[in-house]
Amino acid sequence: MSAEAMTLFSPELAARFDALVERYPARRSALIPMLLYAQDEVGYLSDAVIDEIARRIGITPLDVRNVATYYSMLRFKPAGKYNVQVCTNISCMLRGGYKIFERFQERLGIGHKGVTADGLFSLEEVECIGACCWAPAIQVNYDFHDELTDEQVDAILADYRSHEQKAGSR
Amino acid sequence: MADVTFTVDGKKLTAPAGMLLIDACRKVGIEIPAFCYYPGLSLQAACRMCVVRQEKVPKLQTACTTTVAEGQVFVTESPEIAQARKATLQLLLGNHPLDCPVCDAGGECELQDMTFKYGAGESLYAEAKQHREEQKWSPVVYFDRPRCILCYRCVRMCGEGMDVWALGIQNRGVLAVIAPNGGDHLDCEQCGMCIDVCPVGALTSGTYRYKSRPWEMKHVSTVCTHCADGCKVTLGVRRASDGMEIVRADNRDKSGINGDFLCAKGRFGFDFVHGRDRLTKPLVRNAAGVLEPTTWDKAIRLVAQKFSEANGSVGVLGSPRLTNEEGYLLQKFARTILRTQHIDHERTADYPTFSRMLAEVPDRAAGHREIAAAPAILVLGGNPTEEHPLLAWSLRTNHRLNHARIYLANTRPIRLARQAAQSLRIADYDALARYLAGDDAALGSVAGAADFREAIAGEQSLVVIAGAEYRGASLAALLRWGLGRPGVKFALLSDFANARGVADMGVYPDLLPGYQTLTDSPALLAEYAAMPTESGLDFAAMVQAATSAQLKALYVVGTDPVSTLGLADGALRKTFVVVEDCFLTPTAAQADVVLPAASLYEKSGTVTNCYGDVQMVRKAADVAGVKPDFEILVRLAGAMGVDVRTLVPFGAATGVRADMGQTRGAQAGEADRHAVWLVANGLEPKLSPFDPLATLDEIERLVPGYSLDRINLFAGNDAPTQPAAGPNAGPNAGPGSGFVPLESLLRRSDGVTPTHASLFHSAGLSDQTQVLQELQAYQNRLNPAAAAD
Repeated sequence: MSAEAMTLFSPELAARFDALVERYPARRSALIPMLLYAQDEVGYLSDAVIDEIARRIGITPLDVRNVATYYSMLRFKPAGKYNVQVCTNISCMLRGGYKIFERFQERLGIGHKGVTADGLFSLEEVECIGACCWAPAIQVNYDFHDELTDEQVDAILADYRSHEQKAGSR
Repeated sequence: MADVTFTVDGKKLTAPAGMLLIDACRKVGIEIPAFCYYPGLSLQAACRMCVVRQEKVPKLQTACTTTVAEGQVFVTESPEIAQARKATLQLLLGNHPLDCPVCDAGGECELQDMTFKYGAGESLYAEAKQHREEQKWSPVVYFDRPRCILCYRCVRMCGEGMDVWALGIQNRGVLAVIAPNGGDHLDCEQCGMCIDVCPVGALTSGTYRYKSRPWEMKHVSTVCTHCADGCKVTLGVRRASDGMEIVRADNRDKSGINGDFLCAKGRFGFDFVHGRDRLTKPLVRNAAGVLEPTTWDKAIRLVAQKFSEANGSVGVLGSPRLTNEEGYLLQKFARTILRTQHIDHERTADYPTFSRMLAEVPDRAAGHREIAAAPAILVLGGNPTEEHPLLAWSLRTNHRLNHARIYLANTRPIRLARQAAQSLRIADYDALARYLAGDDAALGSVAGAADFREAIAGEQSLVVIAGAEYRGASLAALLRWGLGRPGVKFALLSDFANARGVADMGVYPDLLPGYQTLTDSPALLAEYAAMPTESGLDFAAMVQAATSAQLKALYVVGTDPVSTLGLADGALRKTFVVVEDCFLTPTAAQADVVLPAASLYEKSGTVTNCYGDVQMVRKAADVAGVKPDFEILVRLAGAMGVDVRTLVPFGAATGVRADMGQTRGAQAGEADRHAVWLVANGLEPKLSPFDPLATLDEIERLVPGYSLDRINLFAGNDAPTQPAAGPNAGPNAGPGSGFVPLESLLRRSDGVTPTHASLFHSAGLSDQTQVLQELQAYQNRLNPAAAAD
């Protein structure tokens, strides 16, 4: 059976990887984008994901881990469906980033890198997310919420919960 | 590259442009410290120890990445540089444990040396050290994380050097850590190269850890006893209750043909020497039919009496692990004292055909150093990675550093293909030889064959390495093709430490030393008076004859025909069997007399690797009760009433009879230059009949091709040999005379049975070496599929 036939990924992503490894002079240049896309689809970099990426590029799983462990935005454990990343770098810190982070901790009952029991939310304290002009800012998956106050935290969480309920009832 | 001139510490230096500053300095004796730099591996510039001041450059530069150019001015030692290095050490020591008193590396640790030199004795860091427990990554590799200084040497050695890529580096910053490929264990070749290159004690050896300190051992350079590559190995020995005990094997001074390299067998496979089952007393079968311990005197007297009574009806089986001197002496003993031609050894390559043909054209045999530097290498058959780890290492290194082109042809996929310029999958080695020689139809339709042959035809200088698959007619065809072209050299692979040497020494039923004939070799015939001139029985025929009582006695030296030929229990009981071995092998269990022999690590002499390089073997270990085969042979001859002087040319003509310690006790690895010079020039008296060097003199005199570069040999280097014709090839004789005619060589059975050594298997020894057994079981557990093959 070919590697493609045993893939963990959706046909679209598999096709994207096939194109990606051919795009660069060296196949392993495709490694970091592949890790990001795989994490977006699967949720985290499982052993199976790492093995398949290694196979697709033609390097060892150890090589993949060497690179992946360097980057804090790549994870090896599942995150919540909504991964809340709170910036506490200088601009956000000065404008109340830590207050927001504390509020999230309180409301979700989890700490840094924690996941709620229902698997819906996870929380991370992160470095600069490039939204200093609108500090303090957070990022939930790929959505930004900026110029926040700690009062808005409940509304943000409620919004995602109701979105989830709607999606569930459909 | 053109030479450039530059200034270092006020001295004018000259070096090729583009050379690394650190190398250029080291060549002239200016030592620049470095942890991460390792010659031959990629550059890391991670440790910042090699910083130097370059004129007109604002910041300190790393000497390991600075290439020299015309007119540069460097300073390598100044208060500023010392301060920079001290700061680097302070950083490294920030989390380095102070366990030097129990660390294996203590005494030979680069970090310790540097701290001693630059004096970062006090730490400015107040943070607590991050302690981590040591991890066992495999039976032979242990990792002590806090000791690691993240120089990446192990990662690069494993990847670039070994092409195994089993080590990586994970996380970053203070959390960065060396990681093995199995998560918490290593799945690799277990070569231990990572341990060897580790500048500190982060990676330690399972066989050596916590056993000794470097200064408690004597370090004796000798040659590894396992495969036929002939790696120089330094054995660390220490006094034990029953002699000298080997506690460590490594390649301490890296001066051998193996350079940096040593494989799992060489590095870890020495515990057989002190194995529980080691024989230490002669055994004689008593009236009740049981082997019973006895004294050497009684055993020798019994064997001598039986050999005398046999009156020529004796078979002699030799081991390809004997030294050259022992091999030579064994055949001389058989031919001139036992008066038999029934002598043979366990053959693993067809060296008679090889040497016979190469002797006709000068300088066509490739030594290992030539292979390691050849621009193009054709490897036919074999599997170097598994069977000849040093060859595989040299080919990889040559490919990596010199862009050597490697061409492979094999019936199965082999690991070396990753470095190969072209690989050919074939079904038939004979056909390949014919195809190379121009028979287009020989290979049928093998994909890529035409390109392969064309690429090889385009090589101006080529080394052909033939596996033991090539023998007899197919080897002759291959050699004929190559000898017909200029610039082609050959090597033939075999399986035991001295397979080539024992063959060269004439341990054959139909060939004298140097592959000379039994009838047409005047120089040897003059010395071997009363030698029978009829060819004797070969290995299998001799064992067959012994089982049917057609031989009165069988003398088995370091080999195990019962196992290799699959004989039944008691098959050899009809004849008088003497076995000389380290262990009670199945053959020894059937013997009438068993003599406990010294292993290669407990004797001195020379061995020849499969590439024809002769190296010194030095006595390292000492096991009470055993004797080297050389000494046993001399004692047997003495007990048979022979003047041993006719066997070993020792003593002056006036007859000096004292043994003045020439039997070579354990000696330091460092060369005694005075002694080396005396020995090399033949000025050292051989006062003892047990001195193998006396026989080496005779070998040099009588064995064609063995005119050795003695000063190099005795200084611990390799001395290359070339197959050569016998001394009776006078000025009018044709090339190759004094040799058996090729036709008759090809008519006879070559008797070659390769043992298929592997990374942890070494015929006859690995069963007795616990660590190799353990490694094999460990790797089998990790890779059940490979184990099933």
